[in-house]
Amino acid sequence: MRLSFVLPALVVVVLIGLLGYGLTRNPSELPSALLDQPAPAFSVARLEAPDQLITQEAFAGRVAVFNVWASWCVACRAEHALIEELAERGEVAVYGLNYKDDRTTAMQWLDRYGDPFVASAFDPRGQVGIDYGVAAVPETFIIDAEGIIRFKQVGPVDRETLEQRLLPLVAQLKEEAA
Amino acid sequence: MKVVVSVLFLLFSGLAAAAPPALDEAQTHRYHQLIDQVRCLVCQNRTIAESDAPLAADLRDIIGRQIAAGRSNDEIKNYLVQRYGEWVLYKPRFSAATWILWLGPAALLLAALVSAILLWRRTGRRAEPPAPDEDSLARILDDERRS
Repeated sequence: MRLSFVLPALVVVVLIGLLGYGLTRNPSELPSALLDQPAPAFSVARLEAPDQLITQEAFAGRVAVFNVWASWCVACRAEHALIEELAERGEVAVYGLNYKDDRTTAMQWLDRYGDPFVASAFDPRGQVGIDYGVAAVPETFIIDAEGIIRFKQVGPVDRETLEQRLLPLVAQLKEEAA
Repeated sequence: MKVVVSVLFLLFSGLAAAAPPALDEAQTHRYHQLIDQVRCLVCQNRTIAESDAPLAADLRDIIGRQIAAGRSNDEIKNYLVQRYGEWVLYKPRFSAATWILWLGPAALLLAALVSAILLWRRTGRRAEPPAPDEDSLARILDDERRS
């Protein structure tokens, strides 16, 4: 076994390993710059009550879920039942960020599919969305009692994500806060 | 005439609200440079200069506004990186997370060159024995015959 034989073989094996690992990764999953950072500040009107303001202070002191949604977003409809289920369990306060939407259409959407949110922030121009690094709706943030973003889901929440990631993390964060 | 003017005025005031603020020549140059270096988060392998996605338009608008507000390129890049991560820049800055991107290819090339040279020197040394020239061969044969 000479080095000139072993070395190329080794390189090929490592390369195959790396490429194989690459196949298991989801290329649309973006690294979030905001993870473990304080939730960005905002102050906008509430969707359901235009004369009331909502700010990031709404999350303060408890674990909160911040779900970015829009009535024009098909994937949001797909995950909506699960977001409702999450809210109904009563484990965590669920807030919405209504992203680049029309107020009337958004309200109709909530009437039709149900409103799981304690409150929704109304962000028709997407400025809050940019501060939260939103690239595509839906996105779901979990914010701990200190106001730090601890999890970000890009794309719709499915049953597996809900039960294996969101709920355990919420339970863990509540324990940390207690 | 008055009507035409006011209609035009209305039209253009509507446009002015949507269009980015006017930039001078140098600022426009910076604007184009910057939007050519920022990745569109929606259609991931294009820059925001190439993309028609609404988010790309928003980011172009924000970059235009920040340039008009006198922010430097670094400040604008920081703004974007804070929100979307280093990944948003097509030319990521050199940092603990990105050094392998910058140095990796050069290191691989160097390793390839070094092993090529080593291999070449080794095989080169044992390749061909020195070719005997005709004269000395003849001389040796003559010596043999004479003795």
